[in-house]
Amino acid sequence: MSSKAKSGAEIIIKSLEDLGVEVIFGYPGGAVLPIYDALHNHKKIKHILVRHEQAAVHAAEGYARSTGKPGVVLVTSGPGATNAVTGLADAMLDSIPVVCLTGQVPVQLIGSDAFQESDTVGITRHCTKHNYLVRSSDDVSAIIHEAFHVATTGRPGPVVVDIPKDVQILPSENQHKGPIKHRSYLPALKGDEEAIKKAVELLATAKKPIFYTGGGVINSGPKASKLLRKLAQLIGTPVTSTLMGLGAYPSTDPLFLGMLGMHGTYEANNAMHDCDVMVCIGARFDDRITGRIDAFSPKSKKIHIDIDRSSINKIIHVDVPVVGDVAHVLEVFLKFWKKGRHKLDGEALKSWWAEINLNRDRNCLDYAKKDDVIMPQYALERLQTLTKGKDVYYTTEVGQHQMWAAQFLQFEEPNRWMTSGGLGTMGYGFPAAMGVQMAHPKALVIDVAGEASIQMNIQELSTVMQHDLPVKIFILNNEYMGMVRQWQELNHEGRYSNSYTASLPDFVKLAESYGATGLKVEDPSDLDATIIEMIETPGPVLVDCRVEKLANCFPMIPSGAAHNEMILPDENETKKFEGGAALV
Amino acid sequence: MINTPQKERHTISIIVDNEAGVLARVIGLFAGRGYNIEHLTVAPVDSAGTESRITVVTVGTPKIIEQIKAQLDRLVPIHRVGDLTEEGPSVERELALVKVSGSNEQRLEALRVAEAFRAKRVDSTGTSFVFEVTGKTEKIKAFIHLMEELGLVEVVRTGVAALKRGKDAL
Repeated sequence: MSSKAKSGAEIIIKSLEDLGVEVIFGYPGGAVLPIYDALHNHKKIKHILVRHEQAAVHAAEGYARSTGKPGVVLVTSGPGATNAVTGLADAMLDSIPVVCLTGQVPVQLIGSDAFQESDTVGITRHCTKHNYLVRSSDDVSAIIHEAFHVATTGRPGPVVVDIPKDVQILPSENQHKGPIKHRSYLPALKGDEEAIKKAVELLATAKKPIFYTGGGVINSGPKASKLLRKLAQLIGTPVTSTLMGLGAYPSTDPLFLGMLGMHGTYEANNAMHDCDVMVCIGARFDDRITGRIDAFSPKSKKIHIDIDRSSINKIIHVDVPVVGDVAHVLEVFLKFWKKGRHKLDGEALKSWWAEINLNRDRNCLDYAKKDDVIMPQYALERLQTLTKGKDVYYTTEVGQHQMWAAQFLQFEEPNRWMTSGGLGTMGYGFPAAMGVQMAHPKALVIDVAGEASIQMNIQELSTVMQHDLPVKIFILNNEYMGMVRQWQELNHEGRYSNSYTASLPDFVKLAESYGATGLKVEDPSDLDATIIEMIETPGPVLVDCRVEKLANCFPMIPSGAAHNEMILPDENETKKFEGGAALV
Repeated sequence: MINTPQKERHTISIIVDNEAGVLARVIGLFAGRGYNIEHLTVAPVDSAGTESRITVVTVGTPKIIEQIKAQLDRLVPIHRVGDLTEEGPSVERELALVKVSGSNEQRLEALRVAEAFRAKRVDSTGTSFVFEVTGKTEKIKAFIHLMEELGLVEVVRTGVAALKRGKDAL
């Protein structure tokens, strides 16, 4: 070994250091012991020891989404890697930059069904943006640098680097320096100016415009959100957002119509249906957004700004596609708009807003408050009110509570709302909150959860205790898998097959057994005091908020229906669902 | 009635880095997203062996064909994706080895058909022939069809190889 040579593991850690990595979420095992050895007592890189590898990836996602920086995961071979798969698939569908280092059996043993061997590159091929198997310690540094480059540029996503144990041990002198110049991976950043010009001209003719914005605005960075605000306010267009895009445009701004889609607002969905020019910015026409495809916004011309060419015309035909990064495209868009002295037809815009405001008056998020039981919507309204103005980040699990949180919480800034949109992963929120808290140690980080979802990664209570992460878990406990039960009520004639959870734990005692604080609230009159106690109690707090068991989440576009066929809360009793079991 | 768009047959050429697993990425994409593969050929094409060319013949509606190309383009080790069906005239060839074993009468007839198809006899024994035939897919199919009557034993086909006509590369 020459004096300059280092072990593969040391090279890996040095590479991470050079790439600015401050925190790794991981779990050790046989095939990554050399890396853990190199990480021992490391001064710059902190390691968060999770209790399940899935949680490591979600934590990295939370870290990434709340900072814009890539999240880093380190797990062992075999079960370590397979446990991480759900998290990787989640990051893939929501375009979250995550680099996951997995241990692998030594090169010579690959393919021999060795202990804790799995074909990690094969298994993760479909749920990563790209993956690598490193065959020599000479290559490991360059590959890690490339992995970060691929994860963070273009449409972001998870990247796996599978590193055999001998590669971690064998020495090399190769330490990559400088930026990556890739031969074949060259994502477009700037949009085609001619296409942007066409888009500007099309929007200028609009009488009923709408901005439909998504997670791409947030992934593009804070500048994109600023430009979006500037443009919408300059033109006076209504703005709606997908679940993933919440926070890119301020919730309290009068131009904002709320979220769209299956559980979006009546005004947003009807505006989508009736508009004449739709500008889709960093969103992808997901089936939870479009409803029935052949009835989707039938009268509009569509502009689509997306960094991923494969999102264009995948589901909905668009008239003017612009492939590029949202911030870059909006900047040029704004420039052309001003330069052309464009202005929308003021009268038309006025009557468009009158139409929208009429729908707003339907007050689609209304619900019947009760004195004797906490309505889940009420709990979230109070949570919103009592956290207003604080440095607060929200994560959620998946289900009814997630949709209510999207409807009733308000987001003024991007990167403050972390939820599993594409994959819909129960168990996402709590570990994601750990990652957010790691990145923002002083902030108030709240996981809005359901009693079913939280149990999918409840073991992380141990992690937050060990690492002093004062995450708050706010469980809306209705003893049902609420969204499953709701669909069974609406589509399966109320046959609640396996959606009721008997034998729930005593969540207060459960929290206490880990050394965390557990609070329980049942009476609406105690709710405020409990929320305040949760906020003010130092350290991790879990709140078991008992809510109305059979509340449904409305409004709702029934599966396979159109945007203008929403069911409002007051129509719930009268409007029957037709067609039986839902397909999507 | 809903007008279902017509399905089209497209020959797609893909230049990739010749690295481990790259073929799995390409065919995994087709399998995972439910696209068709009718033909697939792959081999290194530069003298250094660093780049490979994959030719895929696929069938789909124009929208699906567009998706296939866009999805392929997203894969990290892919350099270029070209649609030979769309980008003007191209030449397509396929090679097949066809083994027949029949009666004397059938053997004579097989030789006659082979000559008509300009197929080469690359192996002969007292009881069998192996013919090498090249051409467009239709020609290969026609040859195999005729051989079915003449004691066809087995067939192997390379799948389509194709290049754009004229001086330009992909």
